[in-house]
Amino acid sequence: MIREQLNSKRIAVTGSTGFLGTALVERLLRAAPDSQLVLIVRPGLRGAQARVNRDILKNDAFDRLRAAFADDPIEAGGQAGETFDAMCARRIIGLAGDVGTDDLGLDDEGISILAACDLAIHSAATVSFDSALDDAVEVNLLGPGRVAAALRSAAARRSEATPGGLAPGEPAHLVAVSTCYVAGSRRGKAPEQLVDESPFFVDVDWRAEVTNSHQARKDAEQASRTPQRLTALREEAVRSLGAAGTPAIAARVENLRQKWVGQEMTDAGRARASSLGFPDAYAFTKALGERSLVECRDGVPVSIVRPSIIESALAEPKPGWIRGFRMAEPVIAAYARGLLKEFPGVPEGVIDVIPVDLVVATILAVAARGPHLDADGNDSPDVTQIASGAGNPLKYGELVDHVRSWFTEHPVYDEKNQPISVPEWSFPGRGRVARQLGRARKGLDLGERVLDALPLRGRQAEFGAELEEKKDQLERANGYVELYGAYTECEALYQLDRMYELWNTLDESDQRDFCMDPKTVHWPTYVHDIHLPSMVKQARLKMAPGSRQSSGRNERLRQQVLSDERQLAVFDLENTLIASNVVASYAWLATRHLDTPDRLRFTLKTLREVPTLLSLDRADRSDFLRYFYRRFEDAPVELLHDDSLEMMSDLLITKSFPAAIRRVREHRRLGHRTLLITGALRLVVEPLKPLFDDIVAADMSITDGTYDGQLTAVPPTGEARYQTLADYADEHGLDLRQAVAYADSSSDLPMLEAVGFPVAVNAETKLASIARRRGWLIEHWSKSAGAPNRVIPIGPHTLRGPIRNRRAV
Amino acid sequence: MASDPRRKAPRPGFVLDVDRSTPPILFHHGDNFRLEKLPADRSRVIYPAEPLPGLPDPEESIYQALINPIDDDPLPSLMKPGMKLTIAFDDLSLPLPKMRKPDIRQRIIEQVLDIAAAAGVDDVHLIAALALHRRMTEAELRHCLGDRIYDAFAPQDALYNHDAEDPDGMVELGTTRHDELVTMNKRAAESDLLVYVNLNIVSMDGGWKSTATGLSGYSGIKHHHNVATMRESKSFMDRHSSELHHSNWRQGEVIKNHGPRVFQIETTINNNTFGYDGPLSVLQKREWEWTARDRATFMGMKKGLDLMPTSARRKIFNGWEAPYELTSVQAGNVDSVHEVTLEHCFKQHLVPVEGQTDVLTFGLPYICPYNVNSVMNPLLVMCLGLGYFFNMYRGKPLVREGGVLIMSHPTPWEFHPVHHPSYIDFFEQLLAETTDPLELEKKYEKQFAEDEWYIHLYRNSYAYHGVHPFYMWYWGAHALQWLGRVIIVGGDQRAVRRLGFQPASTMQDALEMASDVVGPRPSITHLHNPPILMADVT
Repeated sequence: MIREQLNSKRIAVTGSTGFLGTALVERLLRAAPDSQLVLIVRPGLRGAQARVNRDILKNDAFDRLRAAFADDPIEAGGQAGETFDAMCARRIIGLAGDVGTDDLGLDDEGISILAACDLAIHSAATVSFDSALDDAVEVNLLGPGRVAAALRSAAARRSEATPGGLAPGEPAHLVAVSTCYVAGSRRGKAPEQLVDESPFFVDVDWRAEVTNSHQARKDAEQASRTPQRLTALREEAVRSLGAAGTPAIAARVENLRQKWVGQEMTDAGRARASSLGFPDAYAFTKALGERSLVECRDGVPVSIVRPSIIESALAEPKPGWIRGFRMAEPVIAAYARGLLKEFPGVPEGVIDVIPVDLVVATILAVAARGPHLDADGNDSPDVTQIASGAGNPLKYGELVDHVRSWFTEHPVYDEKNQPISVPEWSFPGRGRVARQLGRARKGLDLGERVLDALPLRGRQAEFGAELEEKKDQLERANGYVELYGAYTECEALYQLDRMYELWNTLDESDQRDFCMDPKTVHWPTYVHDIHLPSMVKQARLKMAPGSRQSSGRNERLRQQVLSDERQLAVFDLENTLIASNVVASYAWLATRHLDTPDRLRFTLKTLREVPTLLSLDRADRSDFLRYFYRRFEDAPVELLHDDSLEMMSDLLITKSFPAAIRRVREHRRLGHRTLLITGALRLVVEPLKPLFDDIVAADMSITDGTYDGQLTAVPPTGEARYQTLADYADEHGLDLRQAVAYADSSSDLPMLEAVGFPVAVNAETKLASIARRRGWLIEHWSKSAGAPNRVIPIGPHTLRGPIRNRRAV
Repeated sequence: MASDPRRKAPRPGFVLDVDRSTPPILFHHGDNFRLEKLPADRSRVIYPAEPLPGLPDPEESIYQALINPIDDDPLPSLMKPGMKLTIAFDDLSLPLPKMRKPDIRQRIIEQVLDIAAAAGVDDVHLIAALALHRRMTEAELRHCLGDRIYDAFAPQDALYNHDAEDPDGMVELGTTRHDELVTMNKRAAESDLLVYVNLNIVSMDGGWKSTATGLSGYSGIKHHHNVATMRESKSFMDRHSSELHHSNWRQGEVIKNHGPRVFQIETTINNNTFGYDGPLSVLQKREWEWTARDRATFMGMKKGLDLMPTSARRKIFNGWEAPYELTSVQAGNVDSVHEVTLEHCFKQHLVPVEGQTDVLTFGLPYICPYNVNSVMNPLLVMCLGLGYFFNMYRGKPLVREGGVLIMSHPTPWEFHPVHHPSYIDFFEQLLAETTDPLELEKKYEKQFAEDEWYIHLYRNSYAYHGVHPFYMWYWGAHALQWLGRVIIVGGDQRAVRRLGFQPASTMQDALEMASDVVGPRPSITHLHNPPILMADVT
């Protein structure tokens, strides 16, 4: 019956790129082979049709149908010789639209396409736990009303009957997907009734909530622009980027400001929701959405379907199928990784989850049944719930036991290839967990700040990045507790009377093909054999010991970096090629001709200056270089030149990273142009010339055979380094997208961001965390074990220049 | 300690059969030592001869050699005013360890310079004949030649390191009948007289190899520094059975005919590596003759070394200067001089040994010719063990074909970045691909030899030439072909495996592993080297 009903129809679907929507589309394609689908999707950059093909039909939900078509198109419900793609092209129209704007943003053509639909299923929603209040209002609160309005104007526009037989002017049936949690946080029975029929519902004016959410956005925008806020944001940007230069810092400040506003809006939503007794903004806006839909439907027949927490499929399209990271998964993943040691809730509490295919079946059954008619034969909005808690409850304690036993049997492996043993769950109250997480976060915060302040690089800096990642995970875990904790405390029992009423009207074949009875779920099997195996795959948990995932990825990135197509490889010097700096080379050159007492005096003097120099360097690299290079005033050019060749051996090569030099040479061998960009003096790096095609370094002006300590141009650091690189690429006709850049510090960020293939070498803490987050290649290059280790760079004393034949440079 | 009986009547080297009462035997182990109990009744230990007495008046002996040369005119008669004189000398790869001042080279060159000055020769150049080795630093040249020579010649650019990659500094002298190109340092080649000062620490050194290799470059050296030649040199320590030397002698013919007049000076030193007294003297004694004091010194030294970081140990050992004494000096005609030198060398080093062994063991010391003031990297471990020590034989190898070699050395994955840059790449990249010398030679030798960056470092820094790590590998090519298995005791496992050898943590384990190849209860021979010894195997 369901199949026949739907087969004759053209069905509009919103939210088809989501978890539930994808399952709906798949089931309609497969179970109602003669139906037509109009998928209303946000067009994005590529257009609606491309999004349908890319974001919906490529999903593995369609594997089953695709295979069936490859096997026998007629048996699969298609036409002779038809492929899956051809069938989709025949039956699906991608329609650009957005439930977040009035009239769904449809143009005339869009309205007329909608006019030809018999039925609309509205499953678009923002379910993300941290969505901003006004976003949730736009989509969840106003969305359903907008769909209804669009259906109304489409009906008015209709000039001929729809495939399902709707006459012009007759609005299509709207099945709106809501959530059981519109009942709010409460205990006891929650029947299938409209929200305002519930005695516990605090009725508020939904229009006022809309206005206020807009105002909240304005207020947050305003608050984010106060001088105090901007100063704080700037400080945070500097903390995370270091001396990356003004443009980079500015971009980061703006980015942080937007994030801050977003967070304010999330908090506003959460606060408003809990003030009215809802677990979160999602449930709150959904509830008001139902309210506004019923109020504004104006002749459009409406049915509301309320699922509880939708989880992976029981059987259709295949057991365990899931799209995206749902509600329970992040919590379970955090638990399996040993991150979340405790989660609030009472063991005898019910965790109300429902497999997605049961929800799909319910929606389709409601759609096939058509609008609910009251005693007078008029259509009236009705509610159908689909949940497991009342009939076949999954106790929270049981779920935890299943999860625990499964992960004991199939442990997740940590990066050292050791299985992680999952903790015993003690079912604490929500406050205690939040406090614990808060304490852990404070500890990590402190650790991070300490690491930030230390001059760490390479692997130690990675440790900092790991700490940051840990913090992120903890923060997320904290988010789950804040969010879902409310759900675990929600002990409402969602009644399924109407659902069963509908179920009982189905004939045997419908009951077989469109199973929606939650009693059919055997929880242990579902958790053990269906949900967790699929979830660990989805979450990409490391289920077997083996090489670190990241090392495989690094290998891949390395191959990309060393591909024939690259054109340019640009290297920073300090801590990228060698473990030394301008101060060391200055000290080396300056002491080379000093006798022992003078050397001692020199060393002490320089050591005294170290703190000043360090802080200057941290604040602005080019100021530091300018200041520092003044020391070369009156230095004889020729003598320094001779000494620099000796310094190449004693300082540069001694402190070099052999793997780095090898990498430069590999690039050259591949025919890439190699370029050294450094703030070091040209005379210092000149002996490295045979490694590179070109060297950009700091040049000092010369008068009468001595240096005058003044730079001839801005030293290539920060954004000036980027500019230098861009000019160089221009001049040589090279494409920066095909360039590889190696650098160690966040002050090189402008340069790294400009190239197609950035590589963080021995990164200091800030760059390490940036590189990790952006998935850049990270290299740890170290000095040769066996290199002479001298703490203070003092040139070996000589009475004359180095022994040499002829200079070959 | 002139009264020390060992000085006047040194005992020759000999072979000890190990029985139950034999104390644990000393194994050098890089910059440390091991004591190993060898299995009784099937092991033997070959000890080097005690140091031969040194010449009582080295200055006088040198003078006599210069004015009474062998098959040549006295040196003063070869000097003419206005002539071009070049004095070439062996570089810092000899002797090992470096000797106490004054170095023999300084003593000889001072006399040669005196003779030249007396004859009114003022166009004199001094060249460190280092072939493709690294350049010597100022400090090293000062140690080797003395401050007086250094300060007189270096500022004028008349004392310098040979540069085989100087495009204007090399000449081709011709080709041998085997089509081997002969190249030479231009200054040396164009001199009226080339005086070559040798320090012949082992029988491989000297003869025509000094000029044909020491003053040559890659295009000349590659004709004998290759896998085929080294596999045919059995051994390269035995001049007359060595294809390496045959080739050098053929090149010497070309030098004789088309090159400068060569006046060869060769010297030999005794086995007094560690001294008759002092902290290391115990290393020169036979274990069962150790006194209580020796034992205490050794244990104390070992404890101390165990506690020290590698860099400190390295520093201590690199600082050791051996009290070597000159045992002979001869000058004149290259061929005749070298034969005399060989006699003196063998007199100190040769120890007769009867029959081969299943398992050969030795402990590798902290130094080899290519890591003076540097780091003994894994490639040098291979070269010292399978190249130098394995080839310390005359007749036939000490170990039977298919036998097992067990060496002891920490073999750290460490390289001196300045001295051995191409070694790092050879080890980390090439050996990861193959350890077959022929394949390495065919696929990569040319690329490394002609590499612009390595050449830059060889010429302007203190790096061994790009091709040098290949020679290290070729040096062991004969042994690689001969041996059934190589085991390194106490080495860094990763590094040992990269070399294609097997790591073992104890000698006991190593012997167990060896029995897979040579069967249970194999015969074992330990080469108690250094001080240097060469087995005369019959």
